Amino acid sequence: MKRIYLDYAASTPVREEVVEVMKPYWTSLFGNASSIHQAGRQADQAIQNARHTVATSLGATDSEILFTSCGSESDNLALRGVMHPARKHGRGNHLITSVIEHKAVLDTAYQLRDLHGFDLTVVPVDAYGRVQLDQLERAIRADTVLISIMAANNEIGTCQPVREIGEIARRHSVLFHTDAIQAAVAQQFNLSNMPIDLLSLSAHKFYGPKGIGMLYVRQGVDITPQLTGGGQEGGLRAGTSNTPLIVGAAEALRLATAELDDNVAHYLELRDRLIKGVLEAFPADCRLTGHPTERLPHHASFAFRHLSGNDLLIHLDAAGISASSGSACLTGDPSPSSVLEALSLDPDWTKGGLRLTVGTPTTAREIEILLDQMPDIVSALRHFAASYA
Amino acid sequence: MSGGVDSSVAAALLVQAGYDVTGIMMRLWSEPGPNTGVHNRCCTPDQMADARRVAQLLQIPFYVVDAQAYFRREVVQFFIDEHQRAVTPNPCVECNRKVRFSYLLERARLLGADFLATGHYARVQPSADGYQLLKAVDGNKDQSYVLHVLNQQKLARVLLPLGPYAKREVRCLAKEFGLPVASKQESMDLCFLRDGNYRRFLAEHSTGASASGPILSQTGETLGQHDGLPSYTIGQRKGLGIAVGEPMYVIDKDPDLNALIVGPRTALGRSGLLVGRVNWIAGGPPSKRLDAEVKIRYRSRPVEATVTALDERMAQIRFRTPVFGATAGQAAVFYQGDRCLGGGIISEVLT
Repeated sequence: MKRIYLDYAASTPVREEVVEVMKPYWTSLFGNASSIHQAGRQADQAIQNARHTVATSLGATDSEILFTSCGSESDNLALRGVMHPARKHGRGNHLITSVIEHKAVLDTAYQLRDLHGFDLTVVPVDAYGRVQLDQLERAIRADTVLISIMAANNEIGTCQPVREIGEIARRHSVLFHTDAIQAAVAQQFNLSNMPIDLLSLSAHKFYGPKGIGMLYVRQGVDITPQLTGGGQEGGLRAGTSNTPLIVGAAEALRLATAELDDNVAHYLELRDRLIKGVLEAFPADCRLTGHPTERLPHHASFAFRHLSGNDLLIHLDAAGISASSGSACLTGDPSPSSVLEALSLDPDWTKGGLRLTVGTPTTAREIEILLDQMPDIVSALRHFAASYA
Repeated sequence: MSGGVDSSVAAALLVQAGYDVTGIMMRLWSEPGPNTGVHNRCCTPDQMADARRVAQLLQIPFYVVDAQAYFRREVVQFFIDEHQRAVTPNPCVECNRKVRFSYLLERARLLGADFLATGHYARVQPSADGYQLLKAVDGNKDQSYVLHVLNQQKLARVLLPLGPYAKREVRCLAKEFGLPVASKQESMDLCFLRDGNYRRFLAEHSTGASASGPILSQTGETLGQHDGLPSYTIGQRKGLGIAVGEPMYVIDKDPDLNALIVGPRTALGRSGLLVGRVNWIAGGPPSKRLDAEVKIRYRSRPVEATVTALDERMAQIRFRTPVFGATAGQAAVFYQGDRCLGGGIISEVLT
């Protein structure tokens, strides 16, 4: 059975071109980029080139780009690294984030509040998962240091009005961080004309390798390292530079940027067919979650009434289809989704999340197979749930 | 797959035999200890990790299926309610009846499976008269007692790969297969108890504390006070707190009087049983009285008896010689040699 993978928001395969450019840095060009000798210089050169490639893709300068070990680390560095020196230097004690942020932001914000004594405001979202600009602006205080709002949500695909949020932050002289980890595969960020101060990326979401993240930090932002040591990454992130992954991440971002328009057109066609097909198949007991138009072009997400999303994923997997509920859970514990709860969905719906995300290899035929299989799976599960309710 | 040796080896044997196997763990119940973080035996993070490792080693899919609400209602609540009315149920029998061989069997069918396999020690054998349930080859481990609830439709869908093996051999097989669980200890405790203490569990989960009441002799004389009927089992001698010269045993519970009845060991002897919710594995009750061996607890020897079906679901048992420790709520399971004919739940113990 040929399997169908519809979970590109969880991870993507590394492109062949990316595998190729990484190859020499595992073996022959293995030097430590901090070394003074020739092998070290070769590695350092590769990293400088990679940094320049990333900076060019983002409309940033080279020194504004840091490499980290993953997207979560980028988020952690942005929040912790900005909040601590701000308080130390009397610039404030308060940060703002939203209720549907990824845990890498939300749990970091809660820890900054609970363990480190910062003040935190978590703003709600509307029924589509959009942050309300007037609510956000009202949350800003004299001692607000940072706003962290994701560019697009992993679970429901909703895109936030990033530019408008950044403009509000600017007006109030507050820093703005955006987690663009899900968005980067389908959106280009030109940071030279965007009011964004910090931006997180993760290479494995755009056909690069796992284990490598990036953080853009606008020149002049006061940030302290959270990993201290050998002074790599301009002193902001210690640890021997991971040359092959850095080279791979840069190449993946370069290719994603170059091919963005074609890819988005491909995604949109598949996604729209997917959304239409699923909603038509289940007119009463299924709804689209997230925003109908302001959403990632490769992202379709649904909630099914009185259905366990976990069960749906198990049965789809057994039928050869890899899907997600939006956040990974292996334990079989059917807790309601906090993101769906934040949309004010009724409890009948909040355990029944399904996320289907398409990628460059996805074909229209695969979508048709999914649409063909789903009704039987859903009706069997409904029948089962009813007989053991 | 529980993450234990038995279900792991059962899965490995099926993979070896060429079946297309999918591993399922049921999330049934978790009772973290207060402050200690100690879990009950079922589906802890460690067990989940063990089962997942075994599945990965065998290269089979592995899913954790949620059955918490259903298990709570059909097994745990039943256990609590029965104890409240002074009946001592066997929750494993109810779990097999309602959860494993109903809920899980149905779930497996939905996933496209032809069979549900478990790590139970018993054998299913097709014969001219349909499927038979036989004792395990390893008499010490035989679990046909808790499988007496299976009927023909279910037996047709059940595989018990461990039936032909002794526990010792299963451990060897686990080593041969390279399963990381070969030397795991096994526990006899109920899966939903964190400490093996069902009295503590009942005290914590019962609505309304079980009231203390009198301990009475067979002649109605008050010999002491008990701390709630659910805390005692028929045949119990220790912990009664009475001294009347000769050893006294719990011989009965009277829920109407909330009284615990005690007597000498000879008074424990019972000549028969009334059994309800009877399942006849062959499909229906026999037309005439049967000579059979009857097992009245999971860990007791079968004793010779006659079994008379009173109707589809009721039967009367008469023992050759009096038996000790028969308890309402436990299963009485009927055998002829290795063959399990069926069984039911003891509703009344006859003197």
